[in-house]
Amino acid sequence: MTSKGPEVSEPLIRLEHVTKQYHGVKEPAVRDLSMDVQPGEILVLVGPSGCGKSTTLRLINRMIEPTSGHIYYEGEDVTKVDPNALRRRIGYVIQQVGLFPHRTIAENVATVPKLLRWPKKRIKERVDELLELVSMDPSIYRDRYPNELSGGQAQRVGVARALGADPDVLLMDEPFGAIDPITRDRLQNEFLRLQSELRKTIVFVTHDIDEAVKMGDRIAILREGSEIAQLERPEVILTEPADEFVENFLGSGAVLKTLTLRRVRDIELAPMVTLRKPVHRGQALQAMSDAGVGTAVLLDDQEHPLRWIDERALNSSERAIESAGRPITVQVQPEDTLQDALSAMLTTSSGMAVVVDARGKYLGGCTIESLASLLLTAGNGSSSS
Amino acid sequence: MEGISSWFEYLSERWDLVFTALGETLVYVVTVTLAAGLLAVIVGVATRHHAFSKELSLAIASVFLTIPSLALFTIFIPLVGLGFVPSFIALFLYAILPILRNTTAGLEAVDPSVLESAKGMGLTPGQTLMQVQLPLAWPVMLAGIRVSALLTVGISAIATLVAGGGLGDFIKSGLARLPLPNSLEAIWTGVLLSVLLALAIDGALLILGRFTTPSGIRGKSKSA
Repeated sequence: MTSKGPEVSEPLIRLEHVTKQYHGVKEPAVRDLSMDVQPGEILVLVGPSGCGKSTTLRLINRMIEPTSGHIYYEGEDVTKVDPNALRRRIGYVIQQVGLFPHRTIAENVATVPKLLRWPKKRIKERVDELLELVSMDPSIYRDRYPNELSGGQAQRVGVARALGADPDVLLMDEPFGAIDPITRDRLQNEFLRLQSELRKTIVFVTHDIDEAVKMGDRIAILREGSEIAQLERPEVILTEPADEFVENFLGSGAVLKTLTLRRVRDIELAPMVTLRKPVHRGQALQAMSDAGVGTAVLLDDQEHPLRWIDERALNSSERAIESAGRPITVQVQPEDTLQDALSAMLTTSSGMAVVVDARGKYLGGCTIESLASLLLTAGNGSSSS
Repeated sequence: MEGISSWFEYLSERWDLVFTALGETLVYVVTVTLAAGLLAVIVGVATRHHAFSKELSLAIASVFLTIPSLALFTIFIPLVGLGFVPSFIALFLYAILPILRNTTAGLEAVDPSVLESAKGMGLTPGQTLMQVQLPLAWPVMLAGIRVSALLTVGISAIATLVAGGGLGDFIKSGLARLPLPNSLEAIWTGVLLSVLLALAIDGALLILGRFTTPSGIRGKSKSA
């Protein structure tokens, strides 16, 4: 299979008219669902509870058998193959992790390679490699037991275990759902970094639209019976919701969520008035009034931003100008999201954020006006569609 | 003090009888616990997915335990005669319930998410049973085995009434000769050696548990 990007390649997983009907239940849990998953993408299934998203996920590795329809994996109909052999080729991560409590971390991670009868040496190398990958020092954690781990650590091991035999596909069922918000955010970021290296094909279930927007290359918003309300890239879903159901599901903050999708480098940086030591009060005031701004940025010799200098600091300060104004504590980099930029702006009184490069050198400014105009365009796009 | 020295004198004159009786009781404990354990584990495993047959097997095993021991030891005599066999059958029937109940409870207590992840990684049901369910249920099962072993030590004293031997022989002969000389010493021999044997077996199984319980789940074995 040649893969040059999601658009031109064959789907890795294809669901064709899949229905799951439970005995004694009138409405099917999944009704006539057809869906393609492209190689290397994170496809997020999101929807209200009871919409059948977990059932859909579990149909793919045949934890649940479909009532009718076909599921293709790399072009092969897997509705008839040995389900155990299939599951060994597909990584599976669940919310409760489900580590084996009687086995060490290393033994847990080695589960699938052992089932596949890898040689001992290869398994050991693989385990250490995987633990490193999920930032768990093998020399510390290899021989520990799951009951010694925090929730976040346990799920890192859960991910490492799912990657055990290097499967092409990962199925993740609310993997970060039971983890506290701060750790969850960190795990999400680490997982995205991991994914940028591994390029696995991932189907990711969540009920949290923010997580869906953050993690998904594409998002499938599902309504009851696992019916696809909309399947699109996150920015399209946020700005052009297909119908009222999607709009309601996104909630009122949909436009704000687009801020997490765009990076600071995507917007044009606003030039700011910069001052260098030694600062001449008159020149500084002149430059600020020429530019029509009330605040300037003081840089050091290496172009590192130091302080916000405003007119009041220039006029009333008894002290040297270099120590006037407020220190710049928060800076943003081009890779940061616009949401990061917004929160940086809100910590300054000026409504501006300083953008620096990776070495901390001044690049430009980012103003609340530039964000507002961006949001307004997005909002108009949504109402006109 | 005089009682104790006269008891030691009693013992020293008949070590051979003491060891024979002790050996007979030990044989009951080992064979009964093994046989009942095997049956109980097989039944417990076989019925783990079927609520009805699980409850039925537990109910049957409970019925055995409610039959008075004197009756249960004697009802098999017409079929199998006197001696070891009727005693073994009675003790075997008694010993099933504690192990069966704990096997069932131990298997039920395995975290469903552990089973979900085992299945999701492609362990077959047999592999899941051998590699996950039984090891996790083992501490609870072993607790049941300990109860059955101790139960067998105690109840095997009845075996003497159907000519089954064991430490009960001393108790029976002492009771029959009361208040003649050495009758109390005989009763004490049967009782104290039964208690000591029970403590020794309990200790041995406790140590076995230490060695066979994976350290990741140690400290949880006291439940059920």
